[in-house]
Amino acid sequence: MDQEKLERIKALKELWAKEVEELKTREELPVTVSGKPVQALYTPLDTADLDYEEDLGFPGSYPYTRGVQPNMYRGRLWTMRQFSGFGDAYDSNRRYRYLLEQGQTGLSVAFDMPTLMGYDSDSDRSLGEVGRCGVAVDSLEDMEILFDQIPLDRVTTSMTINGPAAILWCMYLANAEKQGVGLDQVGGTIQNDILKEYTAQKSWIFPPEPSMRLITDIFAFASDHVPRWNTISISGYHIREAGSTAAQELAFTLADGFAYVEAGINAGLDVDRFAPRLSFFFNAHIDFFEEICKYRAARRIWARRMKEKYGAKDPRSLMMRFHTQTAGCSLAAQEPENNIIRTTTEALSAVLGGTQSLHTNSMDEVLALPTEKAVKIALRTQQVLAYESGVANTIDPLAGSYFIEALTGQMEAEAEEYFRRIDDLGGVLSAIDQGFIQQEIADAAYEYQQAVDRNERVVVGVNRYNTAEPMEIELLKIDPQVEKKQLERLKQLKEKRDGVKVADCLADLKKSAAASDNLIPKILEAVRCYATEGEIASALKEVFGEYKEKPLF
Amino acid sequence: MSSRKIRVLVAKPGLDGHDRGVKVVARGLRDAGMEVIYTGLHQTPQQVAETALQEDVDVVGLSILSGAHMTLAPRIKELLCENGMEDVLLLVGGIIPEGDREKLLSAGHADQVFTPGDPLDKITAYIFNQFQESTSS
Repeated sequence: MDQEKLERIKALKELWAKEVEELKTREELPVTVSGKPVQALYTPLDTADLDYEEDLGFPGSYPYTRGVQPNMYRGRLWTMRQFSGFGDAYDSNRRYRYLLEQGQTGLSVAFDMPTLMGYDSDSDRSLGEVGRCGVAVDSLEDMEILFDQIPLDRVTTSMTINGPAAILWCMYLANAEKQGVGLDQVGGTIQNDILKEYTAQKSWIFPPEPSMRLITDIFAFASDHVPRWNTISISGYHIREAGSTAAQELAFTLADGFAYVEAGINAGLDVDRFAPRLSFFFNAHIDFFEEICKYRAARRIWARRMKEKYGAKDPRSLMMRFHTQTAGCSLAAQEPENNIIRTTTEALSAVLGGTQSLHTNSMDEVLALPTEKAVKIALRTQQVLAYESGVANTIDPLAGSYFIEALTGQMEAEAEEYFRRIDDLGGVLSAIDQGFIQQEIADAAYEYQQAVDRNERVVVGVNRYNTAEPMEIELLKIDPQVEKKQLERLKQLKEKRDGVKVADCLADLKKSAAASDNLIPKILEAVRCYATEGEIASALKEVFGEYKEKPLF
Repeated sequence: MSSRKIRVLVAKPGLDGHDRGVKVVARGLRDAGMEVIYTGLHQTPQQVAETALQEDVDVVGLSILSGAHMTLAPRIKELLCENGMEDVLLLVGGIIPEGDREKLLSAGHADQVFTPGDPLDKITAYIFNQFQESTSS
């Protein structure tokens, strides 16, 4: 647009602003859910510096702002992948087969707390937690039951597992072998993102250094043997759930991503050997436009840095592919059916932001793990968006909006500012060690809660339009017998397996851990002879030690 | 009781790492004028009870979002009693279904239960009310 036209628009905008000044304003503050002010109106003045080719480009082309595939949802819809797992492997296997029958296109495993923390069900730390928040998996035997009658060459599986990711991944691979599926045939994702565990999700086992080594061992092993596997899902989801703003989610997630790239390079790997298998995972919170801009900015920042700073040449190294989950923390326990509408709004932002896969929360997840009915509504929400709403017809349909482009640019700038601050602190690991990222998140969480408590931020059914009568819904109950049954089966397993072989494998693993061998073949050997997760984690703890957090609030 | 500040231990028992709520509550109670000690994550019931004793607290607040509350809260109550701290005010916060909340309260395994959506003011007001007679303002 030429300068003369811009000047004229500027003059007209001033006239408009004068007119608005006279008008009444609503009492609710015009800020995003992250507390960022937004203007009442955006015009060509806000996007005057935008260069189409440099800043947006075409879908499937650098800098990928408009999407990673040239045809996006015209070619294939996003993968509908509901995170799910509860009780024992039998219970979860039934749920997975139900979801696949309902048209879900990929699996996503939720493990229980002991599994996430590297404890077996029979550990005294596991008391009361077995099968509660997810499925209990202690050994390869549980993995075999979990995927019984599910063909691992056709279904891709995402596993939310971090500290003990290498162990659970090896169990999955060993199970695929037993199904007769070659490692080059299996596809899926392990979360394997330890950095955000230290700052947000808090399910860790080992200190940062050995944890990073396990991650780069996985990168190397996968690039040689499991080429279809996404070796890490660098996650902002939990950072956001822990209370961060959208810009913090964006910045801390990408900063973690760059730290993994640097770790891979420092481990001697060529960036284009492992970067194509890095994937991301974002939150879809309730602020519709802010979220869309976050995804667009994320793709652009990643592509630029990977190319300019890390010298990646393979286009797949520059493409940020990501999974999205709607925001659990945006849901309310009061009048839970309203959560269906929140989730729909959030899912729509993820789709308009170009996600590769999506989990929609069930309305009851703020109260318990979801019932079959609730999870079906959540899946149907995605199907209605995909097939009825028409939003999948056109690629990146909001591009060119003055607001969307201005906010995308602003999010990018805010992230860059955080990268500078993290660099000044000596990088991500050092920023975590100094509590910087944790404190930023805690501060944002507290500010948000205060805004809600002061009624500055409206949550419908909670601090406004809250009726006294509770809306009753049916909840999923975990059978209290699950823990007992799991313990019994684990006991039987330990009796029937070859104990000498297990001990040998664990001794061998410890030796390799103390040296610098790639640990994946050793862990794979241990899980094949039914060493349990807890046994393998304990062996590694003896060499690596355990992480301890400095509590702050 | 002297005119000292109300001392509160906020604790995360069990393996669950969801600490957004517990940190917001800890800060809210501190800003309301209480002395707040936070245990950090992944505490065993024994660790929670021991810290409560060592820190000589008036209130113990448990944050549990893993569904293990029916195991952890009664166990901590039992250990507090063994330590002679049966009078300590025991609060439970987190994802606690209504039926479990009633069971915890009626069995005396918690003095009060708070769930998502409860404003900070409600928690601070509850605690101040409990100590109204014994603390000077």
